[in-house]
Amino acid sequence: MKTYYSLKQITDDLREGNVSCKKLVEHYLFTIKNKAHLNAFLEVYDKEALDRAQEIDHKIAQGKQGRLAGMVIGLKDVLCYQDHRLQAGSKILDGFVSQFTATAVQRLIDEDAIIIGRQNCDEFAMGSSNENSAFGPVLNDADTTRVPGGSSGGSAVAVQAGMCLASIGSDTGGSVRQPAAFCGIIGLKPTYSRISRYGLIAYASSFDTIGILATSIEDTALLLEIMSGKDDFDSTVSHTEVPPYSQKLSISNKLKVAYIRETIDSEGIQESIRNGILKKIDFLKSEGHQVEAVDLPLLDYLLPTYYILITAESSSNLSRYDGVKYGFRSPQSNTLEHMYKYTRTQGFGEEVKRRIMLGTFVLSASYYDAYYTKAQKVRRIIKEKTDELLAMYDFVILPTTPSTAFRIGEHTANPLEMYLADLFTVQANVVGIPAISIPNGYDENGLPIGLQVMTNYFGEERLLAFSKYLMEN
Amino acid sequence: MQADRETLRKIAHLARLEFNPDSEKEMLDSVNEILTWVEKLNEIDTTHVEPLTHMSEEVNVMREDIAKPPLPHDRALLNAPKKDADYFRVPKVIE
Repeated sequence: MKTYYSLKQITDDLREGNVSCKKLVEHYLFTIKNKAHLNAFLEVYDKEALDRAQEIDHKIAQGKQGRLAGMVIGLKDVLCYQDHRLQAGSKILDGFVSQFTATAVQRLIDEDAIIIGRQNCDEFAMGSSNENSAFGPVLNDADTTRVPGGSSGGSAVAVQAGMCLASIGSDTGGSVRQPAAFCGIIGLKPTYSRISRYGLIAYASSFDTIGILATSIEDTALLLEIMSGKDDFDSTVSHTEVPPYSQKLSISNKLKVAYIRETIDSEGIQESIRNGILKKIDFLKSEGHQVEAVDLPLLDYLLPTYYILITAESSSNLSRYDGVKYGFRSPQSNTLEHMYKYTRTQGFGEEVKRRIMLGTFVLSASYYDAYYTKAQKVRRIIKEKTDELLAMYDFVILPTTPSTAFRIGEHTANPLEMYLADLFTVQANVVGIPAISIPNGYDENGLPIGLQVMTNYFGEERLLAFSKYLMEN
Repeated sequence: MQADRETLRKIAHLARLEFNPDSEKEMLDSVNEILTWVEKLNEIDTTHVEPLTHMSEEVNVMREDIAKPPLPHDRALLNAPKKDADYFRVPKVIE
């Protein structure tokens, strides 16, 4: 079967009778099996997906199908799907079965998307290489000695390797954009609060967003349009109107674009990534857009701010995993305290424990002001500076990552080295603005390069239109 | 600020985690390395800055107080490692 890169291609073939949903699902199931060594899926819903495909083929025959008929989607192992297992890549949720379906997922199903399986990720979405999963690392299909990025590594590889058309992941500090860059696909992190998080396993609640991994801007826009908007089950979700993103993907006016000098001048950035972004800058200038370098002296403070706040929030969010209500309980639970301690000690992986420890430390009475409050203050400064920048420019462009996909095991010895992989992606989460990573060529080893675009709050419509323009030129 | 073993043990207890002597040393070293790194924030003057505590622009959303079906009892207990017909079971707390 031919490889599809957008729902439109599929819809056209469905209409012409060249393909059916059943054939599509069979094709994806074959690819999943064929590429099982990549370790992208934790569970495949083969029979269920085939049944669903037949049901949707029937709807298509009657002309009653939803807007996502023909789209086969994978879910990162952090999204609830009723009566399906879920464990956030962690041993501590061994055997957990979702009691309800996440709002975002339900909206996809209501539009006739087919859910094909549950995808590997870093434990509780904590990681930048997918090496922190209790189910082993995911391999990058461009080079299987390299990581796919993280934490939505399985979700990115599934799309990269053609195991599904799109994946739904989560982005707390770059977990959708960074793996998208490493795997040569599109990764969108919407504005904070754009998509309901009901049914998303909580990591750092003032940062967490559901995100989209896909191969076309049109699909990304349509999925965003369908998942976004108010929800009775999430009091933090935005009531801002959801525009028909997929209908407005062209730009007509001249734009003001900024690039951050520090992200390009930095010695740590790979030459081919720098050249890739400079080429885009030249293109934009040649098209008559105004492109200017701006300084962001706060760049070095982004990651420290991010790590203080996310460890604090995650130590609180992960206190619910105690062996009482669900998942793993240590066999050595002879007293209540032992049950808590042994369950958590045996159930969590190293990186998760490290973040819980750091978070508990920065929230403890003696250090709260020095670390936690300090980081909240710096967060305000970063937000204000970013707001000022986005009041002057339509977009900010920057590399998604300082390097292309690194080797498996390359950064596992030192957590700080690993944290630097998120250097360019955390700003959007610290501030809450939307950001996207789009493919921008390959490096000298044939590894994909990502280009990141950020824009102002709820500016997804222009962000997607601009991304499409950049990808087509 | 450098955390010592005693602080680490205190924090571990608060987080209901436990470390054996080997993993304790490793955790202490990496926690201290990260703490030193985040202290970079002290270079920024935040004297007159209010902490940013809410990221959403949304204000309270009110609705009618109508009872809706909650998660059914059996579903809530579905994943419990130990349960009876009505409750989650844990090791005995009161002698």
